[in-house]
Amino acid sequence: MQWEPVIGLEVHVQLMTNSKLFSGASIAYGAQANHQACPVSVALPGVLPVMNLEAARLAVCFGLAIGASVEKRSVFERKNYFYPDLPKGYQISQYKHPIVSGGSLTIETGGSDEKMIGITRAHLEEDAGKSLHENFHGMTGIDLNRAGTPLLEIVSEPDMRSADEAVAYLKKLHTLVRYFRISDGNMQEGSFRCDANVSIRPKGAEGFGTRTELKNINSFRFVEKAINFEIQRQIEILEDGGAIIQETRLYDSERNETRPMRSKEDAQDYRYFPDPDLPEMILDDEFIERVRASLPELPHHRKSRYEQAFSLSSSDAEKLLRDRDTADFFERVCARSKSDPKTIANWINGELAALLNERNIEIAGSPVDSDRFAALLDRIADKTLSGKMAKEVLAHLANDESDVDTIIESRGFKQITDSSEIERLVAEVLDANAPQAQQYREGNQKVFGYLMGQVMKATNGKADPGQVNRILRNLLE
Amino acid sequence: MSLNPDQIQQLARLVRLKFTENEADDFSGQLNDIIRMVEQMNQVDTDPIQPMSHPQDMKLRMRADTVTETDQHEKLQSGAPASDSGLYLVPRVVE
Amino acid sequence: MECRTVLEHSKALRGKEYSSLELTQAMLERAQSCASLNAYITLSPEVALKQASTADKLIGKGKAGPLTGIPLVHKDLFCTKDVRTTCGSRILDNFISPYNATLVEKLQQAGMVMLGKANMDEFAMGSSTENSYYGPTRNPWDHERVPGGSSGGSAAAVAARLAPVATGTDTGGSIRQPAALCGLSGIKPSYGRVSRYGMVAFASSLDQGGVMALTSEDCAYVLQAISGFDEKDSTSVNQAVPDYIHSLSEPISGKIIGLPREFFADGVDKPVSQAIRESISVLEQLGARIVDIELPNSAAAIPCYYVLAPAEASSNLARFDGVRYGHRASEYSDIVDMYESTRSEGFGPEVKRRLLIGAYVLSIGYFEAYYVKAQKLRRLIADDFSKAFEQCDVIVGPTTPTTAFPIGQKTDDPVQMYLNDIFTNSANLAGLPAMSIPSGFDNQGLPIGLHLIGKYLDEATILNIAHQYQLHTDWHQRIPEGYA
Ligand SMILES: [Mg+2]
Ligand SMILES: [Zn+2]
Repeated sequence: MQWEPVIGLEVHVQLMTNSKLFSGASIAYGAQANHQACPVSVALPGVLPVMNLEAARLAVCFGLAIGASVEKRSVFERKNYFYPDLPKGYQISQYKHPIVSGGSLTIETGGSDEKMIGITRAHLEEDAGKSLHENFHGMTGIDLNRAGTPLLEIVSEPDMRSADEAVAYLKKLHTLVRYFRISDGNMQEGSFRCDANVSIRPKGAEGFGTRTELKNINSFRFVEKAINFEIQRQIEILEDGGAIIQETRLYDSERNETRPMRSKEDAQDYRYFPDPDLPEMILDDEFIERVRASLPELPHHRKSRYEQAFSLSSSDAEKLLRDRDTADFFERVCARSKSDPKTIANWINGELAALLNERNIEIAGSPVDSDRFAALLDRIADKTLSGKMAKEVLAHLANDESDVDTIIESRGFKQITDSSEIERLVAEVLDANAPQAQQYREGNQKVFGYLMGQVMKATNGKADPGQVNRILRNLLE
Repeated sequence: MSLNPDQIQQLARLVRLKFTENEADDFSGQLNDIIRMVEQMNQVDTDPIQPMSHPQDMKLRMRADTVTETDQHEKLQSGAPASDSGLYLVPRVVE
Repeated sequence: MECRTVLEHSKALRGKEYSSLELTQAMLERAQSCASLNAYITLSPEVALKQASTADKLIGKGKAGPLTGIPLVHKDLFCTKDVRTTCGSRILDNFISPYNATLVEKLQQAGMVMLGKANMDEFAMGSSTENSYYGPTRNPWDHERVPGGSSGGSAAAVAARLAPVATGTDTGGSIRQPAALCGLSGIKPSYGRVSRYGMVAFASSLDQGGVMALTSEDCAYVLQAISGFDEKDSTSVNQAVPDYIHSLSEPISGKIIGLPREFFADGVDKPVSQAIRESISVLEQLGARIVDIELPNSAAAIPCYYVLAPAEASSNLARFDGVRYGHRASEYSDIVDMYESTRSEGFGPEVKRRLLIGAYVLSIGYFEAYYVKAQKLRRLIADDFSKAFEQCDVIVGPTTPTTAFPIGQKTDDPVQMYLNDIFTNSANLAGLPAMSIPSGFDNQGLPIGLHLIGKYLDEATILNIAHQYQLHTDWHQRIPEGYA
């Protein structure tokens, strides 16, 4: 039988706020255990939650960015269960009335095929703390620094039909939340976490099979592996005449397998009800419109603008739009530089990206800012620098603060453009290589490359190769 | 509706209480009295009525996103039943 | 000296008749000699004496406010930084809060002196103060009877003149009912008027802090000090607090008093309804106009309340798990057993009953039939009040159907106990301000309370009417035998 996987994803995105969802404690990553656990995070008796406005703004941003409806009325509810890293004994989350509902993301599925993945809802909720299972004499240690960190849980429709599609969706979502500064998307630090609901059904069937929920799949690679493992596991069970049990399974990346989660064995009854400490969240049109007005140009609008106004290829535009800082950098350089957008894009996607990658820094922290980068490209455009020289100048720019012209001047990078000077050097090379010149004149075209190399060497690489080429040919003929 | 001792044990588990069989029996009489009393609600038809969660219509007030809490970690942890290296300790939890 | 009101003390302190330190010492001694009442869970002489001498300095410099140097008792579910906060529960027996509740902070700022923490039903669940880990509190009017609850320790302390004023909390009548049973004036302000920050939650949408004192005038002074917006409480009302003291002296002629037929039905003891009728004619003589009104859904208030309050409580009390503070069982086999043993040892039977009921009404399959149904009834009850207040300024009736009952009489029958709340629950469901003031005595010499319910945020009118009533009656001046 042919099986068809059905996959839906639940992604928990940590919002880029300074403080927690319901208290003024810091959410900076990496603090010493429990040093960011304020009275609200610890759930002391008598403390009360007060909602963070910025978290609401970021959720609205997300809703607008995916073309969803932003709900003017949403309700925080309590999800009740006992777990040592859940200090209140309940998680404040949105249940029946989420802040965002009904949107979509379009993913590319191989070649130029596109597919729309529905987003059922996105809701605000608080994170739990962390349980540390090692080194405490057989006990578990609880760190509540993360407890209360604002999350947006983004729930997709079960629209994906392969692990590849799931990964494509996740990548798209990751780019989007970073682009809109909703989240830093840092997967190592847990700012972008994914659970997958996986089931299979005979190809062509209408209904859904029993699903399992996979947890702990926190890299794009693991998502793919875990889903593929789970699809295979389910196929084997069904083909052996067995039945899938609806359960939560943990992905073990070391063994590349999934196994049932012990702590989720209990049939849960979360007893959701509206949190009496928090009145309903009512957003007015003015607030939503202000957020809309503050949104940066949507990525797909920006992409088609790059393709049309700047004549960039789709893939060049896509690369520039890998994050908003890169695209902003590109536009700043375009505004300042006389170079054409295609060259600018090549240099940003090529040399600059390589340099930043090597030093492991983001473009926002680039040692060469957009002004100096524009000046560098201008020196290529006016032929002061050859491409090769420009690369070297870029390396210097990355290491000190001086401006492009100072470096060209002080390090002698100036390109030789005076043709009488080049003619003089060509004549000298031809004199020194008379036999080769003779061979060329007798029809051996191959020697031209050799002679070319000799001239460039004589100019210390500072001459424009096109100009050298022309003069050499003239003098040889 | 009335609750039998088994259901009482299930509810007890939800709120992390435990009862001996005798205790569950003792509780069931009182709990069922309460439930019977509560079911007087059914004498009123509430079909078209909107549920009310808060005593007055209020909308959520939100605070500016600033860090206002200082580190009180030692003070907050001083009353913990078990702690080590700044962590609260609990019996081993298996995931 | 000990039997004076807040305002009388205030005058005496500023007139240097005695110092706050002398007053405080006298009150502490009195508390010790009346220990058999079991009004206190914790006495805090060190804090009290320190605050009293600070107050004396302010008085000396002429910088005293009306409450400076006046001793008071806090119900033991307001968090206090220097003194343990138990909520009457074993599970918090050793709990010391690292912060002060907003209400505590405000009264400290006003210069008041905290004598200690008053006994109460565990987590405020009860109507008799018999459900305390620290044993029942006795009613100063009759030691064999309950003081009412859950703020029974506060009520007993004030009635026995161990303190001129006490704080309390009222989720379903827990200020008004003990005020009635102990012959005091007690006010539960509108929901949102007094910050809930630092008040250990029982049922968050119903809880409200307030005051119990010998007179409604004293209530007005202390309420003025604790009211107002608090950004730490998302349900706090951001509206200016009117001058309660100023409006006390207004004449009440022309005020319209609504009498709900439902509050004068069967089930109210004769002496109680008699006393209430007489109080109403006093108000009439003062120029108030009486109208009959209807609160057709008031019979649903108790069932509605006993769904919503336990539901919220079952969630609010989940934080008491033995992980971060409070009691932890000494023996357990694993994490679940640790939770279950800790909580089973830590909570008393009434708390356990309510946790079970709360879990039941919220659980899958029962949520609509119980919880949502109760929320709908809550709206009907609130709407009844809105309609009634189109016809009147204040609603009046008995606070309780009976006077104080014997200790132990209702402990085995929770439903009988819950029926004590019959007249008080609905004000909490609707979030309205309500008050009980002394209205007479039954033939056993037990106090009777007159219940006044006001419009939302209109504490001023009920305080005004109560004060004018007290200018023309002396029920509030009676002192239980042996405590003069
Ligand atoms: Mg989920
Ligand atoms: Zn979630």
